[in-house]
Amino acid sequence: MAFDILEPGLATSVQDQGRFGHYNVGIPQGGAMDQLSASMANALVGNTPGDAVLECAYLGPRFTTDADAVIAVTGAPVEVRVNGTPMTEWSRLTLAAGDEVSFGMLSGGTRYYIAVQGGVDVPEILGSRSTYALGALGGLQGRTLKAGDTVPVGAPSGSLPTMDEIPEVLRPVYAKEVTIRIMPGLYDHRLTAEGMETLLSAAWKLTPVADRTGLRYAGPDLEWKPRTQPFGAGSDPSNIVDAGYAIGSIQVPGGKEPIVLHRDAVSGGGYAMVATVISADMDVVARSAPGTLTYFEPVTMEQALAARADAAKVRRAVWG
Amino acid sequence: MADIVSPLPGIFYRKPGPDKDPYANEGDAIEAGQTIGVVEIMKQFSEIRSEVAGTLQSFAVEDSGTVNPGDVIATVSEG
Repeated sequence: MAFDILEPGLATSVQDQGRFGHYNVGIPQGGAMDQLSASMANALVGNTPGDAVLECAYLGPRFTTDADAVIAVTGAPVEVRVNGTPMTEWSRLTLAAGDEVSFGMLSGGTRYYIAVQGGVDVPEILGSRSTYALGALGGLQGRTLKAGDTVPVGAPSGSLPTMDEIPEVLRPVYAKEVTIRIMPGLYDHRLTAEGMETLLSAAWKLTPVADRTGLRYAGPDLEWKPRTQPFGAGSDPSNIVDAGYAIGSIQVPGGKEPIVLHRDAVSGGGYAMVATVISADMDVVARSAPGTLTYFEPVTMEQALAARADAAKVRRAVWG
Repeated sequence: MADIVSPLPGIFYRKPGPDKDPYANEGDAIEAGQTIGVVEIMKQFSEIRSEVAGTLQSFAVEDSGTVNPGDVIATVSEG
């Protein structure tokens, strides 16, 4: 069976948990930006956590199904419509062959996920179905969806779970103000004490320059320590001799507008990374809409690992 | 009166390019489906169209202004 795409939406792509083990050769892990929401959609339709879903940014697709299907939409708050009738997000929906699914306007957040029982069945490339559009890799022909596309759906792998709705208490929130936990490093020593204080105290506002690669925040300039330009580094004080970039690392080109690198980011380059967002908060970054006020809060490795364990508890509550 | 609303967040532009004429000006007669501007997000430009025919009364957002989903971009008096 398949979905026939009538309108593609702004940047709808096939995503799963990601493509691991190739970052050393510049292929990012990719995968759904808001992993928890994507995982919850899979749980509702009886998939495994590794099945591929459709990730919709801001404007969703309009599509019909060529066979009976079971779907769920999770993520940023949006009106879901089946044949024009409003349906509930975060719950299991049953489609009959020929039904048309469309979406209204977002009322918060940036991305929502469509899971279908059986999963989106595009070929695995380097162990993942995730679309890496910059590299024209994975997903449907390595790109975001177009009108006229046929999105293949796999055969159901198991029966439907009892849970047909994600309890409200487990659903992520889509706040206009967020605190993102970070660990300073690896290049925080390049900022002056005032520069670091500015990073940690300012109210950063997410700009519209935000996508799967990275998210840019507006706020005050950060002050760098003076230095002798090392051989191989650019002339700006924010430049370093090229180094590997961690997923979630924060770079501040020219000391202006920090960028949080996200799941489709390049694997290395010549900007000092002053801090890294902890893995538990990468989904929170992904959910932020332009204009979101963001505070960066420093934590220790122990606190970061505890936050990761807490996030795993939420996943266990959904997957049992 | 009909409001033209942005379905997505981003930067609203009234012109197709920096040295081009605006898509439409206040006081212009516009047709249903006519483009009155674009919103840029994630390096993509989405055309903003009027759903009704009439006269473009006013813009509620400046050129290069920031919009959020649901924001009114312009108002059209129908007929």
